Amino acid sequence: MVHVSATPVLALRGVSKRFGAVQALTDVELEVHAGEVVALVGDNGAGKSTLVKTIAGVHPIDDGVIEWEGKAVQIGKPNDAQTLGIATVYQDLALCDNIDVVGNLYLGRELKKRGVLDEVEMERRSRELLTTLSIRIPSVRIPIASLSGGQRQTVAIARSMLGEPKLVILDEPTAALGVEQTAQVLDLVERLRQRGHAVVLISHNMADVKAVADKVAVLRLGRNNGVFDVKTTSQEEIISAITGATDNAVTRRAARNAEVQK
Amino acid sequence: MSTDKTSSTDLGKPATAPVDAPPAADAASAAVDPRLLVREQGFGGYLGELKRKVRAGELGALPVIVGLIIICIVFQSLNSNFLTAGNLSDISVAMVGTGMIAVGIVFVLLLGEIDLSVGSVSGVAGASFAVLSVLHGTPEWLALILAILTGAVAGTIHGFIFARIGVPAFAVTLAGLLFWNGFMLKILGDNGTINTNGSGVFYNLSNYFFSDIAVAYGAALVAVAVYFLSAFFDSRRREAAGVPSRPLSEIVLRTVLLAVVAFAVAFMFNQNKGLPLAVVIFLAVLILTDFVLRRTSYGRMIFALGGSVEASRRAGINIVMVRTSVYAISGTFAAVGGLFLASKISAANQGAGSGDLLMNAIAAAVIGGTSLFGGRGRTWNALLGVLVITSIQYGLALEGVAAAIQQMITGGVLLITVIIDAITRKTQKSAGRA
Repeated sequence: MVHVSATPVLALRGVSKRFGAVQALTDVELEVHAGEVVALVGDNGAGKSTLVKTIAGVHPIDDGVIEWEGKAVQIGKPNDAQTLGIATVYQDLALCDNIDVVGNLYLGRELKKRGVLDEVEMERRSRELLTTLSIRIPSVRIPIASLSGGQRQTVAIARSMLGEPKLVILDEPTAALGVEQTAQVLDLVERLRQRGHAVVLISHNMADVKAVADKVAVLRLGRNNGVFDVKTTSQEEIISAITGATDNAVTRRAARNAEVQK
Repeated sequence: MSTDKTSSTDLGKPATAPVDAPPAADAASAAVDPRLLVREQGFGGYLGELKRKVRAGELGALPVIVGLIIICIVFQSLNSNFLTAGNLSDISVAMVGTGMIAVGIVFVLLLGEIDLSVGSVSGVAGASFAVLSVLHGTPEWLALILAILTGAVAGTIHGFIFARIGVPAFAVTLAGLLFWNGFMLKILGDNGTINTNGSGVFYNLSNYFFSDIAVAYGAALVAVAVYFLSAFFDSRRREAAGVPSRPLSEIVLRTVLLAVVAFAVAFMFNQNKGLPLAVVIFLAVLILTDFVLRRTSYGRMIFALGGSVEASRRAGINIVMVRTSVYAISGTFAAVGGLFLASKISAANQGAGSGDLLMNAIAAAVIGGTSLFGGRGRTWNALLGVLVITSIQYGLALEGVAAAIQQMITGGVLLITVIIDAITRKTQKSAGRA
C-alpha cells in the first residue's frame, strides 16, 4: 500500500450485492486515493460493472459500507453519487450525435443569461476545459457525429469533468479504439491523475492497465482476488489472478493473514 | 509514451504543443490537428467553407430554394399571371394555415416522432370557434382562446399517452385522427356547415391587409436592422470572449441578401393590397419558435431527445415532460392553423381538417428540410416547404389542372425531397457529419 497514511477518497468495506438468486458481489473491498488510478479488472461476469454501478448509485448495495473521504455514506441513486463528486463515463458514451461539442458538454446544465442560452460563455469555457485537458478537437462547434471514436471518448470524459468531480469512473474507455486514439485517452487519464482526481478505470486491456494504472484491483466471481501494485507486478500474475489460477487454499490463507495484520 | 507525430519532433517546433505537457502549459491552446480543414478567416474562407459544405452534403435550404426558383420559372412560362403581385399575395395568405400546422410538425419531427392527428385537431379548433361564437354568442376573443386551448389539450393528451404510457406515437395520434374528426362532426351537428361573421378578429385573420405601404416597408426595414444589429453585436461579443466569430463581411453579405428579399416581398405586397396580417403573424410565430428551439434550454432538450434518448435521460432531462409538451405545442399550432383555414373560407364545415391537409403539413416540414429521423431541422423549414406546396397548388390551379393531378404532383415533389434527404444523409455520413 503506497498511500496508507492518506484517507482514501472512496473506500468500499465488505460490499455485497444480490440480484435475486445471484450473488453478484461478496464482501468486496476497494480503496481509491486522490491522484491515483485504480484499474478494476476481471473476467466477464466478475462483477466489475455491478461494482461500478453500486458506486455510481445505479444499484444500491445490500451489505457493507461505502466510505467517502473517511465518512460512511449512503448512495441510493445516481444523484447522490453526483452530489458527492463521483462522475461516471459509461461504455456507451451517451452523447447526442446531432448536437455540437459545446452543446454536449453542457447538456442538461446549460449556462443561461436572462433565460437565454449563453452560447458565447459556454463556448469559451468549453475551449478552456478542452485546452487544460489538452484535448484536441477540430472545432467545438461541429456535431459529435463528425468526431472519431477516440475524440468522442475524450469529449465524454471532458463532460464528466465539468462538475469538478473528485472521483472519475471510466468504464472500458479504450474498448473499440485504435492505437492512436487509445493513446489519446490514456494521456487524458494521466492528466486527470495529475490534476489530483481519483480515477477508477475498468479495462480488459492489460497493456492499458500497465500503462496508466497505479494499482490493479482484481475481481473474480464477485469477490476480491487481490490488489496489486502495477510497477512491481508482472502481467502474468495479474492474469492468473483474473483467471483464477491463483485462487486456491494457499492464496486465500495468505489473504486472510494479510487482513489480520491490517 | 506519445504517439503523436507532431510532438515527437518537438525540437524547434514551439508552435505545436507537446501532447504530454503538464496542464499548466497554456500554449496548448494553439494545438490544432494538422489534418483538420480549418476555415480561413475573412471572406475568402467563408466561400471556401460554403463550397466544402455543399460537397459534403450539407445543403441546408439550398435544394428548396432552387426548387422554388424552378417552380416560379415553370409556372411563369406556362401562365404569365403566376408571378403577379395578386397571385403571390394570395399564395402567401393561403399558405399560413398549413404553414402553422407544419410548424407544430417540425417540433414533433425534431423528436423523431410523428403526429397524425394535426389535421383533425385543426378541424376541431375551427368548428369549436364557430360553434362558440356563432351558436352560443361567446365573445370572439374568448372563443379564439378556447379553440386554441382545445388543440393544446388534445395535443397534451396524445403526448401524455405516448410519453407516460409508452404507446407508439403513430398509434396514439392515429386514434386521435379518428377521434377528433368524429368530435368535430359531432359538435358541428346536423347542419354541417356554420358560416362565421364577415367581420371581426376572426375574419381579419385571413382577410386584413395593412394597406398603408409604409407598414410593409417599415416591417422590412425593422427586420433587416434587427438582424444586422443582433448579428453584429453577437460577433463583437464572441470576439471579445476570444471565440471564433463571423467576419463583418459575412454579416454584411447576409444582411444585404435578407434586405433584398425583404424589400422585394414588401414591394410585392404593396403592389397588391398591402402586407397581409396572416403573414405578419406567421413570421412572428416563426421567429419566436426558432428562438425557443435554438436559444433556450427547452429547445436544446428537444434536439437532445431527437439525437439520443439515453443521453438525454442521463443528462437529467425530463423526457416525459418534453415529449408531452412537444405534442401540446403540435396540437396548439394545429388549432391555430385550423383557425386560419376556417377564417380563409369564413366557415367551419365537415370537410375541414380532412383530405390532404395532414399530408401537406407533414410534407411541408419535410420538403423544407426537417429530417424525418429526428434532431435536425428549424421551424423556418415549415415556411419554405409550405411555400413550395402552395405555389404548386396555385400554379396548377391557374393552369386549370384537376385536383387529382395536383395531388400526384405534390406527391412527386415530396418523393423527390425525401430522396434528396436520404442522399444528403448518405453523403453526410461518408463525410462524417451525420
